Amino acid sequence: MSDAPKVDKETGVETTGHSWDGIEELNSPLPRWWLWTFYLTIIWAIGYTIAYPAWPMVRGATEGVLGWSTRANVAADIEEHEALNADLANALVAADLTTLETGSDLLRYATSRGQAVFIANCSQCHGSGAAGVQAAGYPNLLDDAWLWGGEIDQIAYTVRHGIRNETDPDARWSEMPAFADIFSREETEAVVEYVYSLTSDDHDAALAETGSTLFLDNCAACHGDNAMGNPDLGAPNLSDAIWLYGGDRDTLTETVMNSRFGVMPAWGLRISEADVRAVSAYVHSLGGGE
Amino acid sequence: MTGTPDAPKLYAAREPIFPRRVKGKFRTLKWWIMLVTLGIYYLTPWIRWDRGPQLPDQAVLIDLANRRFYFFWIEIWPHEFYFVAGLLIMAGLGLFLFTAALGRVWCGYTCPQTVWTDLFILVERWIEGDRNARVRLHHAKWDARKWSLRLTKWIVWLLIAVATGGAWVFYFTDAPALAMDLVQFSAPPVAYVTIGILTATTFIFGGFMREQVCIYMCPWPRIQAAMMDSDTITVAYRDWRGEPRAKGRKRRDMAEEAERIAAEEAARGRGAAVYRATPYPGQRTVEEAPKTPTLAEAAGPGDCIDCMACVNVCPMGIDIRDGQQMECITCALCIDACDEVMEKVGKPRGLIDYLALSDEPRERAGEPPRPIWQHVFRLRTLIYTAIWSAVGIGLLYALFIRTDIELTVAPVRNPTYVTQSDGSIRNIYDIRLRNKAGSDRQFRMSLTSDEILRIELEGEQTRVVTVPANSTYLQRVYVTARDQDPASDADVTDLRFWVEDLESGERASKASTFNGTGESDD
Repeated sequence: MSDAPKVDKETGVETTGHSWDGIEELNSPLPRWWLWTFYLTIIWAIGYTIAYPAWPMVRGATEGVLGWSTRANVAADIEEHEALNADLANALVAADLTTLETGSDLLRYATSRGQAVFIANCSQCHGSGAAGVQAAGYPNLLDDAWLWGGEIDQIAYTVRHGIRNETDPDARWSEMPAFADIFSREETEAVVEYVYSLTSDDHDAALAETGSTLFLDNCAACHGDNAMGNPDLGAPNLSDAIWLYGGDRDTLTETVMNSRFGVMPAWGLRISEADVRAVSAYVHSLGGGE
Repeated sequence: MTGTPDAPKLYAAREPIFPRRVKGKFRTLKWWIMLVTLGIYYLTPWIRWDRGPQLPDQAVLIDLANRRFYFFWIEIWPHEFYFVAGLLIMAGLGLFLFTAALGRVWCGYTCPQTVWTDLFILVERWIEGDRNARVRLHHAKWDARKWSLRLTKWIVWLLIAVATGGAWVFYFTDAPALAMDLVQFSAPPVAYVTIGILTATTFIFGGFMREQVCIYMCPWPRIQAAMMDSDTITVAYRDWRGEPRAKGRKRRDMAEEAERIAAEEAARGRGAAVYRATPYPGQRTVEEAPKTPTLAEAAGPGDCIDCMACVNVCPMGIDIRDGQQMECITCALCIDACDEVMEKVGKPRGLIDYLALSDEPRERAGEPPRPIWQHVFRLRTLIYTAIWSAVGIGLLYALFIRTDIELTVAPVRNPTYVTQSDGSIRNIYDIRLRNKAGSDRQFRMSLTSDEILRIELEGEQTRVVTVPANSTYLQRVYVTARDQDPASDADVTDLRFWVEDLESGERASKASTFNGTGESDD
């Protein structure tokens, strides 16, 4: 500290006595209350670090005497909202899904809850927009083709028990044989050409004709005489514009020779009944529901 | 902090300010502005406005819980927040305009800090007396009298502060109901906390911080200075008329010297030069102005009698005669104080006055200042006015073309389209319908397009939906193009959704697009 205050000649204002390259700093004193406010914030900060989580330690930060935690807050929030929704959730579990009324609070609740359930559990395969992934055989849930039926209670059954899984004895189950062991190379080609001819004009009519006989003998039991499929058996309709794995000759050949074995977990064992019903209502509302 | 006593002080204690009472036209104007602004603030929440049974009947209400803002006949929904943004832009531009034209009028007359401080000083004066009494009380010992005066003052301040905080919360919920709850201690805690915080800030800022808020806490003084120029009308001291200031014996000596010079000059036959104490009159006595000062006039004292009236009335504790300074909020009380004195000593008013600094050379030369309108109407202010009006007209236009029905269309683009089993192509749209009326309404939805497209509503057999009163309704809509329709394999097809109120026939529409497979040959 300097011994005596210096005064700047030009302005007549006291300087702080600090000089840089001959330039001196004028002293413009801050108000005293500002200083006290500054001290107050320091005291406040000390109190704050005692009251709230703050000091980093080896295993996480100090917890603070108030025991405040964002995780606990979120948990409390979720609990509070679940308590608020308890009546609706109970009503949903008790309801007959087929009679949920359009515009009713219950249906609104079910679809919004279902959306959350879908995003968390289903979107990994079916996509966040529920459009599926054809290359992997994850079905599109927006269209009007349903392997196992598109009524809301049929959807709920599929969600609850899953498809071709070992964990739930009531799972939807069907299995197409791998025809590589049954058909000759030429027969496979003929059947593929027949199936291909159902939806495409650009085909070999003679070969398809041969294939149609093979189809009636080997495939119609499940897929039907007209290849319209059978939702009771999970047999897809081969005559419509929708293909689970793809409708070109190569993909069809692959499917016929090696079969497919798409699986879905039994969600009834993983999520609550209310969640199962909610997500069913949500999927049903996406555009394909029957 | 431990340096020698001579070390420079980096922190200064606040110098207490004891503004003296003053009378005059600006003081009167300020009383009226205080009355009106405080009246608006305290009474607005109590105005009622009938909107029907399902909507609140408070004229001005910020309903945060339901995301609605009511202002008399106007109702703002969250998606119309641009009205608020527009008003804020207008407020900002308005501040630019007023500052460019009239300096810190906002600070001096209407800023809440100024108005409440003014009110608190008024209370202080009623209880503790005018300036001299307050200075004495300040230095007095803390005896019973001082305690009783101070406590009385603080209690009245506190009551005003509580009323201020109390009025604030009424803007956010039904005022009469909340008032009952507040009295019965059953109002929500957030109401009490808000009142508590605003009570504390009002009490501290209005009672103790006062000018410190303006000088150290408020950003406006810094910003506003950048918006002023030499044509800005602001409070200033006519130093060319007032200086050299003098009082008492010094003033008498100077006047005698001037008389002597005048007599000498008269003796030399230079005409009857008479010393006049007002050589360069202000704008109010222009006709008598001589072009150049005589020797006698140069030797005589200026009009300023150094009575310190302008300093004593200043709520900011500054001396306006030092020129423009950041602390000055242009409250004009020094004008009133000085005019009063000039009147008493028989000189023209306006030694301290509203004036533009660009007039200084003219006035120094004894010419009259240019008329006020020439200062106010200049390119800068006209541009501000133009932008301000453009925003205002835009907002009014937007307000008047608002309809009671509104829809927003959010095309679902995940996936872009869905192929149905019959080969038709379907697009999905999430349409939000807003019913701003106070009763349930039925809307029929339809679409128009150059191509053949079919519309269906999720969960509805018909194309009619019922939207509850004062709410937004989300409806999923499907639009389908059959396999043979051009839209199914076109890239993009334009379409327009229509919504019609079945009762009133009022319609609204929104354009959107339909995505096909993009596989058409042409």
